[in-house]
Amino acid sequence: MSKLFSSMIEWVDKRFPLTSNWKAHLSEYYAPKNFNFWYFFGSLALLVLVNQLITGIFLTMNYKPDASLAFSSVEYIMRDVDYGWLIRYMHSTGASMFFVVVYLHMFRGMMYGSYRKPRELLWLIGMVIFFVLMSLAFTGYILPWGQMSYWGAQVIVSMFGAIPTIGETLQQWLLGDFTLSDAALNRFFAYHVVTLPLILLILVFAHILALHEVGSNNPDGIEIKQNKNPTTGIPVDGIPFHPYYSVKDIVGVVVFLMVFCGIIFFAPEMGGYFLEYNNFIPANTLQTPDHIAPVWYFTPYYSMLRAVTVNFLWIDAKLWGVILMAGSVVIFCFLPWLDRSPVKSIRYKGAYFKTALTLFVISFFVLGWLGTKSPTPLYTLLAQIFTVIYFAFFILMPWYSKIDKTKPEPKRVKE
Amino acid sequence: MADSFSINDEMSGRRKFLVAATSVAGGIAGAAIATPFLLSMMPSERAKAAGAPVEVDISKLEPGMLLMVEWRGKVVWVLNRTPEMLETLVKVEGELADPNSDKKQQPEYAKNRTRSIKPEILVTEGVCTHLGCSPVFRKEIAPADLGPDWLGGFFCPCHGSKFDLAGRVYKSVPAPTNMVVPPHTYLSDSRLLIGSESEGSA
Repeated sequence: MSKLFSSMIEWVDKRFPLTSNWKAHLSEYYAPKNFNFWYFFGSLALLVLVNQLITGIFLTMNYKPDASLAFSSVEYIMRDVDYGWLIRYMHSTGASMFFVVVYLHMFRGMMYGSYRKPRELLWLIGMVIFFVLMSLAFTGYILPWGQMSYWGAQVIVSMFGAIPTIGETLQQWLLGDFTLSDAALNRFFAYHVVTLPLILLILVFAHILALHEVGSNNPDGIEIKQNKNPTTGIPVDGIPFHPYYSVKDIVGVVVFLMVFCGIIFFAPEMGGYFLEYNNFIPANTLQTPDHIAPVWYFTPYYSMLRAVTVNFLWIDAKLWGVILMAGSVVIFCFLPWLDRSPVKSIRYKGAYFKTALTLFVISFFVLGWLGTKSPTPLYTLLAQIFTVIYFAFFILMPWYSKIDKTKPEPKRVKE
Repeated sequence: MADSFSINDEMSGRRKFLVAATSVAGGIAGAAIATPFLLSMMPSERAKAAGAPVEVDISKLEPGMLLMVEWRGKVVWVLNRTPEMLETLVKVEGELADPNSDKKQQPEYAKNRTRSIKPEILVTEGVCTHLGCSPVFRKEIAPADLGPDWLGGFFCPCHGSKFDLAGRVYKSVPAPTNMVVPPHTYLSDSRLLIGSESEGSA
């Protein structure tokens, strides 16, 4: 049997680089031996991606991208299709969990300086993945054509209308109509199920290729490739990804699935944070709900959008809000060049960086919380203060990361 | 094959020109084929044709009442303002961003203090000029959430923009301009036509 198997592999290897790729990316890809639990979230993101692709395919079998049928087709999936409720809750919970694991994955990179040289491009590809993910979440949320679908889309598409000169035409081009209507729903469906998943898959592939080219960073932020065993050429602090980390990641998967199933079976709406109550009301084009807020993963940026209330320079408050909102996401792309610290990892960085990162995390959470609330003068003031802190983390980084008192990095990773 | 030319020696003169010409031709062809795809995403002929005006009977619209009408997929408000409501328009003027309606958000015949043809009847698109939500009609005076200075108007729940009872925007809110007054006309005392300025041109 094994002889037959090995001759089959041999046959394939002469025609396709199977064994060589298996070695390069799994059994002989050497990752630092000191990964901690923060390193689960990359593989978990991959798991959620697979979940979204599979459940998504099954949802399209019953969903109808038509403004007059969409809402009832989703209710049909929930009530009449066998296990339709399970597949839809796996998909909707998966969307929120995608952001949970991706935010933790990004935070890991910020803590351990994983965006620093030579991983700038890896970080940038990751950022583009994040943008595509946001677009996927946005287009997906429109599909049930409930009140939040409709008015959320209205707000986001109107942002393009804030762009000077071309704004109005661009908005009509995006909507395929003069208002948000069936034409827009139909094309957002096309983006959500074809265009964006295809782009996402290609980018994830590129992200992993780039990672395996430069090698993984680690909690100590030192390059294991600089200390190789002279006879084997293998990093002394590296262990093969398979079986060491493939097995370790399975533990992460088991814990994750316990949480994931808990949400699906006991709290799929998550108190209105994963699926908003207003979205159980069909879209009413004449009336905005009294309280409108995006899904939780967009609330920090949404807070910044509405934080600007004064015209400044020659740009009005509306456009400033849109610029700030876009800027709050795009600014992550500049991290590799903003960080001037001599060390990568937070373990060896000084008090300035640790304080700045803590303030950043606090402001992210406060802005996120404010984004779920109705605007009042006090909340608007708070949003303005924390928007300043949020941006200060990035803009002042070249300065505070340079003068920070760092500790020397070790030669070898710590056990 | 590889030794028959090297980039440095041969990428000059004729070959360089041919590479450039082929690239330009290819680029033009690429742009040409992209055009129909991009244009297919503009509003279709059917969408363009769907903008017919709407006729509304306002004889039963009591003072203080708001009527919602759908026109071109948008909500249009018809508000019958009471004399007290009209008085507030003068009082709030100091707090407005564009009290005289200088920005072209209304037809010429609505560029006045009440932003209307008939002083008491306001016709405006019920669409916030910030990001397109539909504001809420809040006619009560000084409610808890809007503060003691509120004299009635429209409040956008999305991002907190405020408008007075003529759809004029307050200062220091996210919305940049007054609400849009659509073209409209009165066919008789109680028949209002929204979306056109004369019966014939519909």
